[in-house]
Amino acid sequence: MLKLGVPSKGRLMEQCFDWFGARGVKLRRTGSDREYAGAVEGVDGLQLVLLSAGEIPRELAAGRIHLGVTGSDLVQEKLADWPSQVVELAPMGFGHADLIIAVPACWPDVDTLDDLDAAAAAFRREHGFRLRIATKYHRLVRDFLTRHGVADYQLVDSQGATEGTVKNLTAEAVADITSTGETLRANHLKILSDGLVHQSQATLYAAREADWTGGRRATLARLASRLGVSAGDLV
Amino acid sequence: MAEKAAARVEAARLVAAFRAAGAVEVETDILQPAEVLLDLYGEDIRARAYVTADPVRGEMMLRPDFTVPVVQMHMADGAEPARYCYAGEVFRKQERPSARRAEYVQVGYEVFERNDPVAADAEVFALFARLLAPLGLRAATGDIAILTAAVRGLKTLETRKAALLRHIWRPRRFTELLDRFGGRAPVPPSRQALLRALSAGERPGSAPHVGLRSKGEIAARLAALVEDAGAAPISAEEVARLEDLLNLAAPGPAALAHLREMTREMPAILPAVDRMEARLDALAQAGIDIGTLAFEASHGRTTLEYYDGFVFSFHAANPDLPPVASGGRYDALTEVLGQGRSIPAVGGIIRPGLVADLGGLGPC
Repeated sequence: MLKLGVPSKGRLMEQCFDWFGARGVKLRRTGSDREYAGAVEGVDGLQLVLLSAGEIPRELAAGRIHLGVTGSDLVQEKLADWPSQVVELAPMGFGHADLIIAVPACWPDVDTLDDLDAAAAAFRREHGFRLRIATKYHRLVRDFLTRHGVADYQLVDSQGATEGTVKNLTAEAVADITSTGETLRANHLKILSDGLVHQSQATLYAAREADWTGGRRATLARLASRLGVSAGDLV
Repeated sequence: MAEKAAARVEAARLVAAFRAAGAVEVETDILQPAEVLLDLYGEDIRARAYVTADPVRGEMMLRPDFTVPVVQMHMADGAEPARYCYAGEVFRKQERPSARRAEYVQVGYEVFERNDPVAADAEVFALFARLLAPLGLRAATGDIAILTAAVRGLKTLETRKAALLRHIWRPRRFTELLDRFGGRAPVPPSRQALLRALSAGERPGSAPHVGLRSKGEIAARLAALVEDAGAAPISAEEVARLEDLLNLAAPGPAALAHLREMTREMPAILPAVDRMEARLDALAQAGIDIGTLAFEASHGRTTLEYYDGFVFSFHAANPDLPPVASGGRYDALTEVLGQGRSIPAVGGIIRPGLVADLGGLGPC
């Protein structure tokens, strides 16, 4: 059996079922509304596993599921050197969200990463500590800022209500997911013009570490052809 | 890389040699307070060091290097002059599967000496060269002080020089800043619009003030932007000379001759070039063949940013291997960690695991 991990609830699950359904693979939940069980019709040898979207990268990395649907932001944040652990089979065209860097709208002097770097240097001199950027996307944000040569900042962990950290004086800037920017504006923040860290969308991945023996590669090839995607170097 | 036991054998030999050279062997804790290291190195170190939590002492790191704790120890109660050596594990996270070890042994030698920095530079390098001679390594040297002197000598705003000095260790950002200050890169549209608004006397922005960065800080940077916009670009000749300097790579004497030539247009680097010449003399006296000793002006620009003078490294023929040894001068670090006091310092580390892989040193 090939195990396919899919987000277990909400809009992401529905859109995922729709995406597979449009390609002739019918996924559905079974049992009661509250029971995390599912079934597949249209392809033999495929088993549906309902999981929290946040846990799917880890399950893929461990090879406990063969295929998984989750946000590209989660995979790239949670997996070190992600291309060595998973194969991206298909961006699915929904679940769009941008990981961006935002600063207070009352900073007219800061519009670019270059400005942020200069403001961070001055801030550190004035306050004696590095300018704080609140985020839960530590790897993505740190890699991005290192790549662009921004210094004198520190990341502080924020697992929720990140936009509120500036007003609460626990951070000077934020790096967070946004789709419309409404929450940012409501909290008097603005996005840096070159502050797009990652454009995320729901993506179908295959796990390099999973057990691909016993005819599973053939099942993957059949599924990939049904879905109209390439299985990369896995088949 | 070699088994730990083989690395330990080489480490013991190196420690014995460093002790024979007059160093006192010291120990440091493996668990180091994260705050000092984070403040010094920034987020980069968090990506590279193992961070853990102590219920009482807070965030701690598994020792990513010895330099910081050894400097702290010396600044707290060391007599002068002092020579220290040490051997032990350091820990560096590897984000990609690679041959590089996450846990390996370092052996180090550090000299805190106030009176003759040039002699101390030569002492450390010549000692490393002598110990590593059986391995036939390629040595490379550089001098961060020449780069910083060149930047300080630019005929431009102090704020621009400070920005360039901050980014000596980030070559990409340094180049971007130089392009902008030299008028070679366009001013971003948002900056142009802001400057237009400011020159028309408008007070930009109507958003309510939030956050710790004060209105005064914002006003100060706006004033700095206006000053910057009104200042002439760094001349094309000065930019070209700086780039020529950054690209300089030649054997010691040839590099020195080229730098001597450059001092006519860049008098600011003269004292640093004089020091380099004295250092080459001292190295020659210590038996180093300076005629083949590589000098690369940009050497050390991509390492951790605490070296501020002479820098060196020793490399095996295989380019995939990390340097077998590296080191340099870090006077400014002692000031940062010395709480008001400072002392000129130079030192370096050797990786005995790599030494063992390359055949070992034998009795030394």
